[in-house]
Amino acid sequence: MLLSESESEYKLSLTHQPKKSTLIKNTSAILVTNLSKYVGEGANKIEILNGLNLQVAQGESLAIVGSSGSGKSTLLALLAGLDVPTSGAVEIGGQPFSALDEDARAAMRGGQMGFVFQSFQLLPTMTALENVMLPMQLANKKDAKQLAIETLEKVGLAERLQHYPKQLSGGEQQRVAIARAFAPQPAILFADEPTGNLDIATGERIIELLFSLNQAANTTLILVTHDVQLAQRCGRTLTLQHGQLSAI
Amino acid sequence: MMLNLKLAWQQLRSQWQAGDLRVLLLALVLAVTSITAVNFFTNRISAHLNNQGGMLLGGDAVIIADHAISQKYSAEAKQHGLQASSTLEFASMAINSDKNQLAEIKAMDDKFPLVGDFGVQFSAEKTVRNVRARPAKGEVWIEPRLANALKLKLGDQLELGAIKLKVAGILLREPSRGGDMFSFAPRVMMHMYDVPATQLIQFGSRVKYQLVLAGDAEKLKQFIGKMTPKLQRGERIEDVKTARPEIRSALDKAETFLGLSAMVSVVLAIVAMLLASAPFVARSQETAALLRCFGASKANIENIMLIQTALLAAIGGLAGCLLGYLVQFGLAHFAGKLFLENLPAPNLTPIAVGLLLSFAILFAIMLPHIRALKNIPTIQILRRNFVLNPSRLWLNYLPVITVITLLIFLLAKTFTLALAFLAGIFVICLVAGVLAYCLALVLHRASQSKAISNTIGLGMDNLKRRLGLSIAQIIGFSLGAMVLMLLVIIKTDLMQSWQSSLPVDAPNRFIINIQQNQVAPVKTLIRQLDVNQASPQVFAMIRGRLVEKNGQPISAEMFTDERAKRLVSREFNLSSTAVMQADNKLLQGRWWRADEAAAPLLSLEQGIATTLNIKLGDTLTYDIAGSKITLTVTSLRKVEWDSMRANFFAVTPPETLAKFSASYMTAFYLPKSQDDVLNSMLQQFPNFTVIDVASMMNQVRDIMSKLSIAVSFVFGFCVLAGVVVLYAALVATRSARLQEASLLRAFGASRKQVSLMMLTEFVSIAVVASIVAVLVASGLSYYLSRFVLDIPYQFNFLLALSVLAIALVLIPLAAWLVIRGYLNVAPKQLLNSI
Repeated sequence: MLLSESESEYKLSLTHQPKKSTLIKNTSAILVTNLSKYVGEGANKIEILNGLNLQVAQGESLAIVGSSGSGKSTLLALLAGLDVPTSGAVEIGGQPFSALDEDARAAMRGGQMGFVFQSFQLLPTMTALENVMLPMQLANKKDAKQLAIETLEKVGLAERLQHYPKQLSGGEQQRVAIARAFAPQPAILFADEPTGNLDIATGERIIELLFSLNQAANTTLILVTHDVQLAQRCGRTLTLQHGQLSAI
Repeated sequence: MMLNLKLAWQQLRSQWQAGDLRVLLLALVLAVTSITAVNFFTNRISAHLNNQGGMLLGGDAVIIADHAISQKYSAEAKQHGLQASSTLEFASMAINSDKNQLAEIKAMDDKFPLVGDFGVQFSAEKTVRNVRARPAKGEVWIEPRLANALKLKLGDQLELGAIKLKVAGILLREPSRGGDMFSFAPRVMMHMYDVPATQLIQFGSRVKYQLVLAGDAEKLKQFIGKMTPKLQRGERIEDVKTARPEIRSALDKAETFLGLSAMVSVVLAIVAMLLASAPFVARSQETAALLRCFGASKANIENIMLIQTALLAAIGGLAGCLLGYLVQFGLAHFAGKLFLENLPAPNLTPIAVGLLLSFAILFAIMLPHIRALKNIPTIQILRRNFVLNPSRLWLNYLPVITVITLLIFLLAKTFTLALAFLAGIFVICLVAGVLAYCLALVLHRASQSKAISNTIGLGMDNLKRRLGLSIAQIIGFSLGAMVLMLLVIIKTDLMQSWQSSLPVDAPNRFIINIQQNQVAPVKTLIRQLDVNQASPQVFAMIRGRLVEKNGQPISAEMFTDERAKRLVSREFNLSSTAVMQADNKLLQGRWWRADEAAAPLLSLEQGIATTLNIKLGDTLTYDIAGSKITLTVTSLRKVEWDSMRANFFAVTPPETLAKFSASYMTAFYLPKSQDDVLNSMLQQFPNFTVIDVASMMNQVRDIMSKLSIAVSFVFGFCVLAGVVVLYAALVATRSARLQEASLLRAFGASRKQVSLMMLTEFVSIAVVASIVAVLVASGLSYYLSRFVLDIPYQFNFLLALSVLAIALVLIPLAAWLVIRGYLNVAPKQLLNSI
């Protein structure tokens, strides 16, 4: 059992309300039009996404479920600008996103998006605090350290600021990852199977934390999972099947 | 920028802790060390030559001649406002009662040295005084080794030719003299005034005459400009920049040889670095993808990687320079004194070279990775399938290949040598690779045998399963072992062959400077000494300079070969004989008939004829003491120089040179405990110069062993680099091996079984690598013995066994160091960590 500390002991302090993003107003947080992604060519061509449309409102929480290989991660990658579509477009906050070049998308990600990955993806070279500061430093935020400390306190890791990932349990590492995602006060948070590497009890606590932070910050949440129960915590759940999204 | 710097440093630190960087850095340090050690060493010698050229000459410039220097030169020097001083150098016997020793005499006038000083001990108190002085009339200064050989102390009398001189000083430092390599005999310094009374300089004596000059640089330049066109044959001017050309030439060769030897370890280290960069790059991929995900730009990623590379290059470069600095002490200790007795402290140039090399190598290796990392698809962070492997594209090796080629061309200095070196390395690697491949297949076949246990069979088969890496490991280790083996084989064979090719009664003493009226008594004496020599041969030696070939003037400028230039610019020893020496072999043409005793014919040694491009039937004109004689080449001979008998490059019929004055020489066997007869002969004929072949051989042996120790230092790096290649390949396959080990453990294999399997793999690599090293080194040494050195080849079984033993210890040990960590871990933990 990797969880040695009492995960339930952390207190979620919401006295400090993160600023809501001012970028996205009166418009969809995400607008996807006719999005397709193919790989291979000719007879080997595989259609992963096929003319997919999606609109996500600001502050909405959306779960995308589907079986393994259905293209969930591909869709998440396209929404986050980690990959480019074969055709179609993604708009973020009313601005074209998928048509931007790699660096421009990276800059936009840095300013407005947060990520929580299944395998935590903390940099082993950095302390918990440094890991949380990193996206803000990349975006040149001046109060990066203060924000990072505050957010780590919120996820109950005030005592673990100077610990390195290898000194933390799996649950603690994911909490650092969540703090890293929320600290820059992103407009959109992408979560890819956030409990996939955790045991059930820890996973549940992590989900609680994720949703409460999300609610407090009014962040748009896109959650990709194959766990239907987890998906039900979101305001809306869509299933990805044969390259198309459909409501459950 | 600060963030990039911080991120770069943090990641570097973590990668170091994870062990990804250690081999990369170790290989880099090794490459820089081997190059800087050689550079520091050669730098010290050339710094000494350049900075203290004046000290080496005893003045600012010197006119050197093989004949007495005309008074016109010193008069002209005085007119230019320059100081001038004359010196003479020649070899002669130094005697103290019943002991004698060949010495190099330097006689000087009242003004020498014009620049620099000597370190001399004048009293028994052992204090050394630096003096700009010379021995007084009637006195000598001698080197300690002569004092030891002749049991002389301060105040004793030393017999030089016809006179006795008082030992007034022990000469401990003489900047104007090279080290042991260029001076076989110890030094005796005397005043010029005493030279005639010694009667040592007689007709045919080989004497180096020098007019040393010093003064205002501009005036000296004018003088040199004016006199250079007027120099006669056998005369040359050296100034501080061209001082001691023999040392410069030897240094140049040493620099090239040691540099290229070091290059073998650099090439191996680069192979190790290419292998070791894989885990470093793999981890950097994850970080780069994550950073991109958080909004880092391509430029951010590029900068972080560039900073990391620069930091690594700086750390590796500085560490390599420091180690190179320490290693050069070893080189200087063993080989430095062969060049110069007192080497100055090294300057900082090699540090710049080392750092430059470090940056060049590391950037050449990392740039393709940096380019790929910059463009890493960020989606990989979600998929965790890092497939980026830029090292698979041959284009990615281009920077490394370019750097290696440039380095080789810089070190080799000539295009041909660089090409030969590149081709040599390529062919050796190819041969070693093919051999390794074949042996891996043999092991694969053997592993299928029922006689071999499954665990051992799996281990043996691992060689074939990771064929590319196994071959790289085998080549890496065997290349290092090969160069060391070659050195040992050649040195041992050369020594043994010299000793064994000499018959027991081969001549062990040469006497030169015999005058015509001394020929008969010398023959009588030799007959007394050696009953086997009923009619001892005494050969005439007539010194003549080759001036024309087929009626066309011949000069040093017409040749590119250094030996040819040297042969043309100095005097030849011509000899005459009716019958060809028994150990000579006629290769072309015919020997003269009895009726051609006075005919203008010439027989040349094959080697010299090839060097000077002389063919049968060519006419050669020699200038002998101002008179010319033209001779037709009628035969070419092969001469066994190592027979230690008297032999000559150019021989004429017995009467052809009768009209010229000659000095004579002979070679004979002096039985042990007959030294007193030789001493009495020397007392009777003080002008004789006796060369003790045995002691000269000992000196050659001593020089060779010093040189080979120095070279072993550099070659040692090749072996180390070979082991690092092995280590790097292990580190590169660590995660695959980890997975393999954990799966095997999960399937029920015991720790012992897994260890045995891996041990078998590395024992197999050790065996194959030793076989490859032994086969290739033996093939190369056979070729060198047979075709280059002309000595009999003998397979060195003991050496082959030693290489196998060393490989069997080193290789499994290096492997164990890498894999020991995960042999004790529980399988579940291993699987979790993959």
